Amino acid sequence: MAALLTKEKETTLYLGPQHPGITGNMMVELKLTGDTIQRAKTHVGYLHRAFEKLMEERLWMQCFPIVCRICVPEPDPNEENLARAIEEIEGREVPERAQYIRVLMLELARITAYLMWMGGQSGSMGLYTMPQWSIGDRDYILDLFEELTGGRVYHMYIWAGGVRRDLPVGFKDRVRKVMDYIESRLVDYDRLLFENAIFLKRAQGIGIIDKEKALEWGVVGPPLRGCGIAHDVRKDEPYEVYDQLDFELITHEGNDVYSRAMVRRKEIEQSIHIIRQVLDKMPSGPIHNPGPNPLKWKVPAGDAYVRTESARGEFGYYVVSDGSLKPRRVHVRGPAYVHGIALLEHLLQGANVADVSFIMNSLGTCPPEIER
Amino acid sequence: MSIKGTLLPFSALKFLGKKPHTVRYPYQKKKTAERYRGFHYNDIEECIGCGTCATICQNEAIDMIQIEGIEAKKGDSGLRPRVDNGRCCWCGLCVEMCPTGSLSLTDQYLHTSSDPESYLLVPGVDHPEFAEHLSFVKDDEVRLLDLARVPMKELDPQERVKSFAEVVVGYMQEEARREATRCIDCGICVTACPDHMHIPEYIGAIADADDELALKYIYDNNPMPEMCGKVCTRQCETVCAIGHLGEPIAIRWLKRYATEQFPDPAAVLNPTIAPANGKKVGIVGAGPAGLSAGYYLALRGFDVTIYEALPKAGGMTFAGIPKYRFPMDSLDKQIGYMEKIGVKIKYNTRVGKDITFQEIRKNNDATFIGIGFHVPYKLGISGEDLQNSIQAIEFLRTINLGGNVYVGKKAVVIGGGNVAIDAARVARRLGAEVTILYRRRVQDMPADWEEIEAAEDEGVEIIPQGIPLEIIGEDGKVKAVKYGMAEMVPDPRGGRPRPKLIEGNEHIMETDTIIGAIGQEADYSFLPEDLKEELKIERGRVVVNEFKQTSIPDVFAGGDNVNRTMDAISAIADGVKAVEGITHYLMDE
Repeated sequence: MAALLTKEKETTLYLGPQHPGITGNMMVELKLTGDTIQRAKTHVGYLHRAFEKLMEERLWMQCFPIVCRICVPEPDPNEENLARAIEEIEGREVPERAQYIRVLMLELARITAYLMWMGGQSGSMGLYTMPQWSIGDRDYILDLFEELTGGRVYHMYIWAGGVRRDLPVGFKDRVRKVMDYIESRLVDYDRLLFENAIFLKRAQGIGIIDKEKALEWGVVGPPLRGCGIAHDVRKDEPYEVYDQLDFELITHEGNDVYSRAMVRRKEIEQSIHIIRQVLDKMPSGPIHNPGPNPLKWKVPAGDAYVRTESARGEFGYYVVSDGSLKPRRVHVRGPAYVHGIALLEHLLQGANVADVSFIMNSLGTCPPEIER
Repeated sequence: MSIKGTLLPFSALKFLGKKPHTVRYPYQKKKTAERYRGFHYNDIEECIGCGTCATICQNEAIDMIQIEGIEAKKGDSGLRPRVDNGRCCWCGLCVEMCPTGSLSLTDQYLHTSSDPESYLLVPGVDHPEFAEHLSFVKDDEVRLLDLARVPMKELDPQERVKSFAEVVVGYMQEEARREATRCIDCGICVTACPDHMHIPEYIGAIADADDELALKYIYDNNPMPEMCGKVCTRQCETVCAIGHLGEPIAIRWLKRYATEQFPDPAAVLNPTIAPANGKKVGIVGAGPAGLSAGYYLALRGFDVTIYEALPKAGGMTFAGIPKYRFPMDSLDKQIGYMEKIGVKIKYNTRVGKDITFQEIRKNNDATFIGIGFHVPYKLGISGEDLQNSIQAIEFLRTINLGGNVYVGKKAVVIGGGNVAIDAARVARRLGAEVTILYRRRVQDMPADWEEIEAAEDEGVEIIPQGIPLEIIGEDGKVKAVKYGMAEMVPDPRGGRPRPKLIEGNEHIMETDTIIGAIGQEADYSFLPEDLKEELKIERGRVVVNEFKQTSIPDVFAGGDNVNRTMDAISAIADGVKAVEGITHYLMDE
């Protein structure tokens, strides 16, 4: 009896591969004593589709329908990255209007990703009203995607040299309307989630990232800005037309789930602000600078690393061409790889079992991005 | 825990009285966006079965299949795409790449079935009603295919009428690669080429900067690419898939580019010549048909002798084609290469006069007749025998042999074929004002449209729908031509519209020369009487089987005197086919 009190037995709990912490399938193996996690081990591979390898056997143009599948909630940074990497190797100019449209796509995608995250974050603490709202509101943006690109989730819209189609007539007005609507909904979101006493209690002081180590570990995006570290590719290394747009970098002190949530919450407003500027400033002109016939399209030998600030952080593509019809290598640097494996395993040490999904979600873990 | 933070979430209760979205509105089918990417639709009449959609599909969801009611024909493979909607990811690259614009995506997206086969749909055949639902269609602003041809540089028309210098300059390396890169490798052209040349392969090699490989592909079944690269009638380009929405790939100019890169084809091709097999083949006429047969027979170890009446080989490509289109040095290079690999050509040897046909037959194991059409049709109007009323074929031959022909200050060419245009442009270069009189409309002219345009650029005037009625003479020489205007009436047999003379609408045009160019026929006078009966000839053409074998087993034939297309590439194709026939006849016993 005395022994039981002094030394609790360690049990193993397998969480997943289906669980509310993430969009996709991934398992976490937890070693528990009581409800405290001693060690956590992630097991990935449930979604492996070998995207990087597939691309080595595809024509350059055929890679575009593949890359968007690397992240379901926010596919557009993948397309933009691949396109920009190719353009950089080729030295191909992109018309300014196309660059504005790309920024529009990326920021709309960021909002959809944050709305999706909001649903997951609240759902993982049992607040199921939030996903009903945010996922429903996300659909209004998907309607815009459908109108612009023809697809709701996978857009296959940004390609080398520009974008595939110009804005439909009256599209800008409909974007403005949806933005106004989302903005008006933020009050409801705040009341239900961001100012909710239960959320504050659950989120503050949980999943603390060591600020000193964050950069060393390769933490990026909202988790890094949630440590008060100002890092955003849009500002540090502006791509497309971000240098012509006015926005402030958002950081939040606290290093915990709450600070990460607040960064995202403010960035929704920031994205709406950026989108309105894009709509005002967008010049007229061509939207595509065509390249050679896709069946005989050889990208000159060379390599390029390009990065985008996705909703989960810095998203990078390293593309190598040997001058042939197909890529020699496409390497995807997904933030979820850093956040979802090493950092997660670290953060879960000593955490309560009820917080696993909660912490996982705050890191924006996206398994297909881990298993490229 | 703050009171505010505890109470605020309850503000969501304000939605309690509001019905959910799904209940608030009656059920209705989703109205898709204008560009929605749903199931495919294919306009199967527009589609040519080029298979580009299947090539670009990264999911391999499209395969090309035969469907009932669609037959393969020139410019149409007869196949149509079938989409496996279980694999399709609706990226729409097939739509962007479709060279005819026949393929689209529709706003239809519902299909539920437990039968996997039901997901295989042939767009346009299954669900033809989708034609009313097109949504994601080709955008004219955004194109993946390059529809504009790399322009070919030509001499200025004012300059070129002063000499017989070659008009077309030819592609530079970069231009050729750029043009070759436009090709989508569909191979529709191959079926249209009488000789079925390896067109996508050699264009691909040029795009890959491997000109040597291109030349090897070309020489595989055409030993006269120098000539074809300059003057081919290019039936391939008329069916080119890219030509449906844009300008066809400049297949002819690319072939020309490949041949121009190598001064000595033998050094690149280094052909393997089979050891002598002891069989002898005699060939009558060193035209494209005879030369092609001779070249490939020689490579196979046959002892080949070609008998040519003129002092130069090439047949009509030498005697009929003006030098500004096909210069002498290109011809010499080509013939030189053939002689180098062992083709013997006996020049100035007219069969029937210098040597009898029977003698050739006796001395050889097989004989090939490639005499071409060198006898012009008569105009059949009065005054045709006047001095300075000449025939285009004879006129061109004399000029090409270095002779002189009087054309005077003003010449009238009668006819609308390539020979007529050639004669007109040559007469122009000899300093005459030239008018072409043609009985049909310009668009009915059998001549190459580029040739017609070039002639007009050089100042040749064309009078369409003009029928010559009489050549008026003075002192035994041509003075003028009387012609009547015609109206076009539909052909009762369904052919192209026919000209009908309008009574009373007659004109007289003064001229120094009349050049007739209304067609030619073969001269079979070299055949001995008994053979004339044995050799089956219909409407002026020798009747042959698939392997160009005539009714006399050891006699083969090809070229204009056999086929109806009557161009160099068809003659070459005949020669190549006859090689198979002769090999089969002599070797497979």
